[in-house]
Amino acid sequence: MKRVHLEMTKMRVTAIAAGVALAMSLAACGGGGGDGDGDGGDNATPEFNAGVNKVYNPSDKKGGTLKMANDADFDSLDPGDTYYGYSWNFVRNYTRSLVTFKSAPGEKSNELVPDLAESLGEASPDAKTWTYKLREGIKYEDGTPVKSEDVKYAVARSLDKDILVNGPTYFNDFLDLKGYAGPYKDKDKTMKKFTAVETPDDRTIIFHLIKPFSGFDYLAMLPSTAPVPAAKDTGTKYKEHVLSTGPYMFASNELEKRFTLTRNKYYDPKSDPDTGRKALPDEITVDLNVNQEDIDQRLQSGDLDVAISGLGVLAETRATILQDPDQKKFSDTADQARLWFTSFDNSVKPFDNIHCRKAVMYATDHEGYLRAYGGSSGGQIATNMMPPLIPGYKKIDLYEFESKPNGDIDKAKDELKQCGQPDGFTTNISYRTERAAEKATAEALQQSLDKVGIKTELKPYPQDDYGKIYAGNVAFSTKNKLGLRVYGWGADWNDGFGFLSQIVDSRVIRPAGNTNFNVNDPEIDALLDKALSTLDTKEREGLWAEIDQKVMEGAYYLPGVDAKQLLYRPERLTNVFITNAYNMYDYTTLGVQK
Amino acid sequence: MIVYIIRRLIAAVLLLFVVTAVVFVIFFEVPRLGGQTADDLASRYVGKTAGPEQTHLAAERLGFTDPLYEQYGRFIKGVVAGQDFDTGTSVEHCPAPCLGYSFKTQNPVLPDLLDRLPVTLSLAAGAAVLWLLGGVATGVLSALKRGSIFDRGAMGVALAGVSLPIFFTGLLALSIFSYNLKWTPPGGTNPMDQDNPWDWAASLILPWITLAFLYAAQYARLTRAGMLETMGEDFIRTARAKGLRERTVVVKHGLRSALTPILTIFGLDLGLLLGGAILTETTFSLPGIGQYAVIALNNQDLPKVLGVTLVGAVFIILANLIVDLLYAVIDPRVRAA
Repeated sequence: MKRVHLEMTKMRVTAIAAGVALAMSLAACGGGGGDGDGDGGDNATPEFNAGVNKVYNPSDKKGGTLKMANDADFDSLDPGDTYYGYSWNFVRNYTRSLVTFKSAPGEKSNELVPDLAESLGEASPDAKTWTYKLREGIKYEDGTPVKSEDVKYAVARSLDKDILVNGPTYFNDFLDLKGYAGPYKDKDKTMKKFTAVETPDDRTIIFHLIKPFSGFDYLAMLPSTAPVPAAKDTGTKYKEHVLSTGPYMFASNELEKRFTLTRNKYYDPKSDPDTGRKALPDEITVDLNVNQEDIDQRLQSGDLDVAISGLGVLAETRATILQDPDQKKFSDTADQARLWFTSFDNSVKPFDNIHCRKAVMYATDHEGYLRAYGGSSGGQIATNMMPPLIPGYKKIDLYEFESKPNGDIDKAKDELKQCGQPDGFTTNISYRTERAAEKATAEALQQSLDKVGIKTELKPYPQDDYGKIYAGNVAFSTKNKLGLRVYGWGADWNDGFGFLSQIVDSRVIRPAGNTNFNVNDPEIDALLDKALSTLDTKEREGLWAEIDQKVMEGAYYLPGVDAKQLLYRPERLTNVFITNAYNMYDYTTLGVQK
Repeated sequence: MIVYIIRRLIAAVLLLFVVTAVVFVIFFEVPRLGGQTADDLASRYVGKTAGPEQTHLAAERLGFTDPLYEQYGRFIKGVVAGQDFDTGTSVEHCPAPCLGYSFKTQNPVLPDLLDRLPVTLSLAAGAAVLWLLGGVATGVLSALKRGSIFDRGAMGVALAGVSLPIFFTGLLALSIFSYNLKWTPPGGTNPMDQDNPWDWAASLILPWITLAFLYAAQYARLTRAGMLETMGEDFIRTARAKGLRERTVVVKHGLRSALTPILTIFGLDLGLLLGGAILTETTFSLPGIGQYAVIALNNQDLPKVLGVTLVGAVFIILANLIVDLLYAVIDPRVRAA
């Protein structure tokens, strides 16, 4: 178990009373805790956004302990059972999947490169069969070699959503499973019935899909392809010690408290020429369930290196940092592949009429929407559904959100006449109780819609149950007339499919747990299918933009804010840059100055 | 006395049953009254992408579709005789007293609680010593120097202590002493990971003082009020008239009489704290039972909630029992009765 050595000089209990007043002035001070002797080269001078599209404080110097903290717990450390962006980012320290995002700043970080595999996947002409060849000589932390059978097993076990409940279901949706439900249900670890994945030899793995998918390399990127030897799988306990193939391995894991990674001596950097991993620190510690306010303070004082959730500092800390030049120079604004929006429920009258939906689009005060998310530091006014970070993004502003940021009352009233509601109507707006920004959004919407006669009542619901029991539950939403639902969505990966599929494909609509609340358009479904089978990248990206256009023409969603967040990088961090793949600092390249 | 203790222990066990039954009812019946089904409850423990069939399977696996009395019976059986759990990939035996398996982590609850207990014990014990000594001493001095600058100042500080929430004073204390002055370690430092008692104490000094500040304030005010009342009694005047030293009059006669209500409250407070100092542990990110309770509540993880509730109830009952026994020590009238 890791022990922390403390420095404690002197206690002055009697100073506490004076400290209360002193704290008010000290709260504005602070700053990085490092010695500040940079290791290198270009871009080592702290300045605002020094880690955006470039490497701040570049270094190849190894050593030290990278200290990270999480204000909650991981959904799982098991690579086959996790579905958070920060987890997918971090897991690359102890696992290697078939392919991964390149660890590089700017646009290059959207690029998929081979990791465990020698190259990106080789697709059949119909994009239904994908073949990968593993690199030679890759070993686990215990020295045993990685085989293609282990990747097959990893994918197989991730199919069982009764056991490994958290991860995404892309393999369940795309593999030609023929009823196979995973080794825990099937009880056969040799996986004879898992014909959707073939391993003709120890280095080759072939995936057979039920439908074409030109973007299958994004699935090969998923942590579910990190190899797991069947003999060493401990099921739900595997998360307590994952067998490493990455540069680090688990040294200790105190559940819900903290875990520590140390170097994996069997990781060979020569087997990893493409990803850009640096593996600079000797050790990585991650504290769990840490008070978020404390995390922000520890970052600013230099006692912590990274807030692992990657969601940025709290709103109040953001305001303090941005107003203080000595703090601001240690921060970066990260664009997100995330959109804050409001959806309509077409089953709640009169939103079955497109003109009533358009009335809301025109009546909305978009600046008010943006203010709810902290103004320009929280993002920018969104005019269409795809965030700018998604390759293929095209600006679509059908309702003049940018030229008329406070809404267009005349056009809104005209649309109301066209939908047969010239004096307005009543409906309800739902939002997630715990999210202050969503509450503010709902209030801003209420005020702006009131100007055109649309009367609304606000309905808050707990965020954990929002999708399953409340706003995302079809019966509940219809019964409670939730015509407008405040929500947000982030891309599973920066690609049109990764962002749009779960919110515009009618075939993902289900009785509960919806992320697509109401888009049920055969033309959009057809475009999605066409994009999935289009192998040419540029052509595919054009199709995502076409889908976005159709969604906006149908007025299915009210886009609100293209999200940004403020990240803080303490002075002693080296090799810092934001990866567009995960919209936070890349966790495989960070180092620390001693 | 022995009979009294035995009766109290039997009552304690019965009370524990009642407490766990109430928690069960709250966990299951309140959502049901709000229109939620067993599947709705189970939906919290399945992933984001689970469909209705999977959710229902989870509801069955977690036992939510069984009648409430059956679920409760299984829980009590586990406490008394142990229980087997099917995790889906293996069957694990949970020896008695088994407080269940976490719905979220699929790990037994009791070992986690026992692992976190030393942190909470360290926090509660240290803070208790500080608030008792500090609060009582301040209260005594304030009472003896009634109306003085010390009295007014102490009661003013006491008012601040009672009024200011821990998440404010705690974060302020961290900001000043840990992150600006660097006198104390940062938040999240586990006291049980330290090499020596000095480092252990150093990792707890801020949480101790912050917590003690809140309680000492109450105790100072209580002690002052009690002392003022007692020091005005005839027997005190008699004691002084007999020529006893003032220190003996104050401590042996005055304070001893004023201690009874303080002892009562101390027992309650300490018992409550031992069940988890939720706000303090959350503010300082200490991995104790209080933090565990917050995790359990956030995840709506019934076995963990039950485990924390039971531990808390055990400590409160024990603390009250000890307080009742101590009455006999400090108050001869109780002994005589």
